[in-house]
Amino acid sequence: MVEIQKKRIPWNLIKDKLFLSIILVLSFLILVPVIWILGYIFYEGFSYVNWSLLIGDERNGGILNAIVGSLIMVIVATLFAVPVGVLAGIFLSENKQSRFAEIIRVLVDVLQGVPSIVIGIIAYVWIVLPLKSFSAFSGALALSIIMLPVIIKNTEESLKLIPGLLKEAAYSIGAPYHKVIIDIVLPACLSGILTGILVAIARVFGETAPLLFTAFGNPDLQFSLFKPMEALPPLIYKYASSPDTDMIHKAWAASLILAVIVLILNISTRLVIKKLKR
Amino acid sequence: MGNHSSQNKGDISRNETGETSKKSFFSFSYRTWDSIFRSSLKISAVFLFLLIGAMIVSLIIFSFPVIKQTGLKILYGTNWDPGNDEFGGLPFIAGTIITSVLALIIAVPFALSVSVFLGEYFRSGPLSTIVNAAIELSAGIPSIIYGAWGLYVLVPIVQKRQASMDGDAIAFGVSILSASILLSIMIIPFAASISREIITMVPQDLKEASYALGSTRYEMIKNVAVPYASSGIFAGLLLAFGRALGETMAVTMVIGNLNEIPKSLFAPGNTIASVIANEFAEASDLHISALTEIGLILFLLTIVIGFLGRMIIVRMSVK
Repeated sequence: MVEIQKKRIPWNLIKDKLFLSIILVLSFLILVPVIWILGYIFYEGFSYVNWSLLIGDERNGGILNAIVGSLIMVIVATLFAVPVGVLAGIFLSENKQSRFAEIIRVLVDVLQGVPSIVIGIIAYVWIVLPLKSFSAFSGALALSIIMLPVIIKNTEESLKLIPGLLKEAAYSIGAPYHKVIIDIVLPACLSGILTGILVAIARVFGETAPLLFTAFGNPDLQFSLFKPMEALPPLIYKYASSPDTDMIHKAWAASLILAVIVLILNISTRLVIKKLKR
Repeated sequence: MGNHSSQNKGDISRNETGETSKKSFFSFSYRTWDSIFRSSLKISAVFLFLLIGAMIVSLIIFSFPVIKQTGLKILYGTNWDPGNDEFGGLPFIAGTIITSVLALIIAVPFALSVSVFLGEYFRSGPLSTIVNAAIELSAGIPSIIYGAWGLYVLVPIVQKRQASMDGDAIAFGVSILSASILLSIMIIPFAASISREIITMVPQDLKEASYALGSTRYEMIKNVAVPYASSGIFAGLLLAFGRALGETMAVTMVIGNLNEIPKSLFAPGNTIASVIANEFAEASDLHISALTEIGLILFLLTIVIGFLGRMIIVRMSVK
């Protein structure tokens, strides 16, 4: 009896250890591409980030037109998307049972899944074709459609967390509906809504596909919404696919700048979430 | 009558709060503000409804000219020649599905182990912080940066491999395989974060019951946790698959943009999204219409996939 126990190999324990080590290896392997990509753009791009790149437009060997264009289009898109998104989010969380809200909820899910290139086609059909010209406005419209579902979902989720007691207390002292929402509910979940907006901005800042044939690109620094406008991601696409080594260097520098901007946006989102939890 | 009563209400609030200036500043009564607010909520929802409806309708209307001319040839035709009004979209549909399926196959082991790692073994602590940070970072990197990295790092590696495998053929490097590997890197964090949520949801009693029967942690995960979470994990993978279908820039940069049905893993190809990205800006008339039509097909494909995934998740969370 004793001998049998000695000879038996504990396969189940060996399997257990083996499994854990496979899990560990595979999980840590996903660190490789992230570090590789970020390290690579830093390594390739850092030495080419300089003042002349940041203050000149494309004709003068810089990328200022793209940085400014990205900022303008993202700001305009945010101005479109935030009011509609927040109001629709409030509507969804306030009408939990209604049939119409259920349909809207499904549609928002659908919208979230639409590939960004298809949204680019929509903006092209709606704005570029009637105006017969590529324009920053059409790019901003495409970006705002991409932002909408993110903002709506985050607003709805954070409003759901507000305890019903808070609202009832406000009603019981005679506050009207809009006062309850604007003065009581919204301040309580402001950081949640802000998170949604920041996440949406971070996402559209890196969008390339919907801008290729809406904003199109423009080598000049310009501020008109109804003319073609450059943005950072399409510029990286254009430069990175070119055979010219100077342009490729600029593409890496632009990638580094874009990555830093998106990273800062993501970090500030996390800070807002931390504040919310506290 | 209504006006009178609202007047009263305003009076009361003025007396109670003592803010006499408030009413004269906002010339509307509270009740009017209230209805304005309520209707603006409703209007934004209706607006959303119309927006999405108009999106679908305009895609259909815009692809109509080419449907009228060539019928449904875009679904089965293999020849894409815009110059001669030949619009066979099968190479792109095939390219899209092949790259996405391959990407999913590559991603599954990684996504599963990350979700078990974060949802079961290391729910907190420094190790989970590191892996979590990696997931969030890689989800935040714009796809154009993945694309540029893929073009300058991944493609040469694939090219070398291909050249060492058969010396005679010309090794492009840009290929279905490069696109699939890049796509899998992009969808792993997405799939992993969904399945992690699901694996975290496995009830503690079930796990303890399994331990009480003498199973090791591996046996518990294999026989209890993963089967319990299987449909949710499947849904997460489905959503990641939907992502891969619609991914544009990264694929466009590494797939080679050849309008043929790919014959091998190392052959260049094209996906629906990448052909739109490549050709739309220079297209005109019927060509645009055809591109819109395959865009519509992509749209419908992602809707169906996304729908299935969400339905499964909703059913899971109800259970």
